[in-house]
Amino acid sequence: MEPVAIVGVGMTEMRRERKADGYADLVYEATRKALDDAGMEIGEVDNVVTVSNDFFDGRTISSMAVQDACGSYDKNVSTVEGDGTFGAAYGLMRILSGSFGTTLVCVHHKGSESRMPLITNAMFDPIYERFLGIEAITSSALQARAYMDKYGITEEQCALVSVKNHRNAFKNPFAQLPLELTVEEVMASPYIADPIKLLDCCPISDGASAVILASEERARKLDVKPVWVKGVAYCSDAYHLGDRDLSDVRALEEAARKAYAMAGIGDPARKVDLVELYDAFTYMELMWLEGLGFCARGEGGKLAASGDTAADGRLPVNASGGCLSGNPVLVAGLNRIIECALQVRGDAGERQVDGVKTAVAHGINGPCGQSHCVWVLGGEK
Amino acid sequence: MAMAEEKKLLITLESGEAEQPFRWSAGIYGSRFLTELRDNKRFVGIRCPKCGKVYVPPRRVCGPCFVELSELVPVSDEGEIVTYTVVSFGFVDPATGKQKPVPYGYAVIKLDGADTYLLHYVDETDPAKIRVGARVKAVFEEERTGSMLDIKHFELLER
Repeated sequence: MEPVAIVGVGMTEMRRERKADGYADLVYEATRKALDDAGMEIGEVDNVVTVSNDFFDGRTISSMAVQDACGSYDKNVSTVEGDGTFGAAYGLMRILSGSFGTTLVCVHHKGSESRMPLITNAMFDPIYERFLGIEAITSSALQARAYMDKYGITEEQCALVSVKNHRNAFKNPFAQLPLELTVEEVMASPYIADPIKLLDCCPISDGASAVILASEERARKLDVKPVWVKGVAYCSDAYHLGDRDLSDVRALEEAARKAYAMAGIGDPARKVDLVELYDAFTYMELMWLEGLGFCARGEGGKLAASGDTAADGRLPVNASGGCLSGNPVLVAGLNRIIECALQVRGDAGERQVDGVKTAVAHGINGPCGQSHCVWVLGGEK
Repeated sequence: MAMAEEKKLLITLESGEAEQPFRWSAGIYGSRFLTELRDNKRFVGIRCPKCGKVYVPPRRVCGPCFVELSELVPVSDEGEIVTYTVVSFGFVDPATGKQKPVPYGYAVIKLDGADTYLLHYVDETDPAKIRVGARVKAVFEEERTGSMLDIKHFELLER
């Protein structure tokens, strides 16, 4: 792959309700920050990818309603429905096509403006599944049970993820929900959908973020520390929930395998210094760590209990606090990329982990990690 | 901004109760599946000529093989629980617009003779009484209209 770098990043603070800000306000804030971070002006942006979802927005996103805010006026602008990691992958491909030297990718979400279960219910097949009331939490509970039952994963092991990530969030000024918790407190929180409890769940959030990608030629002209895209891949499992083995992370294993191959990484457990993954629910961190190849299938609980995934551990996972500490849906995936980029640059402030040379960011689309997108980022080309 | 001042100065607009109504085609095989539920309280699947997998509900294409399917096969109204949850949070039922009473049992079910799974309710709200592998049987509504809700729930055959 021709070298492409992340040259600018911008995030808004994630908050439960950013009442003073409409979508466009959030997008403008993120875009302005990314441009300032890159030392660029909007005229240097060759094309724009905006990322959102019709249902979450309450309007069709193809009409480019954030046109002014992301500076795409009179530019080639395209829209991606889904998670920011996938939108950024499309932005990357537009540079690789040779047609563009830079791409601005911006993502927005306001969970405060709609009724989350009704929208996540719309992920499901309208003939056979939707009217049964299934949505993100119920489907995740079914997956958590399938996974935990198959491998003997305990609720306490999942609770460790909640304790760790909410604590990490204290060092992240963008995070929404820093909490000092004990495993006992997580275990005592009420069941939402067994085995998922309140403190196993991410919050509802508002936020936006943006990244600027650049070809090597364009990146070299900027006064920035480029973060190089070493590998990107995605893979999707079946649409119907009933066609999937929910305890299985096949699609993620495949995406990770391809991304690592592109990046020339043979043994991710030894070569990767930091991971930011999509922990919408605690069990997901365990499952996704298995799928990303950091431990064998079924060993995610042991890895969580080992302390290795702590911010000061051998393999810090979600040192930012993760989605558990702020989950503007879709934005959250791009935030995983941004957190990795900041860590590789050494610009992650109080949450900086020492010596991050290679970092892995991960996002999902669809229920229960139907599709996974894996990014490998590094400080050296 | 103080709360009172914020309320006065920041405007939010309600979309109201307007809906976006749709009318989804179930397709030829989907219609067959739903009419069998409605008229005969029976389940049908469809077999892939290449891999032999029986899909329930039936559909036109086997995704992994990417071949067209046509051989409808009967499957049982009994099966086993693949995974389950007991839902405790209030949720507006998209079918009725009303909040479904909680808690309720929910499961992924593998019918005997099928290789894929159905989602549906289970008539048990104590998670300790449900287990992966437990046998279940479909209980049908008296009045049936040709939808998944023609199945009232799956009855747990062992507790």
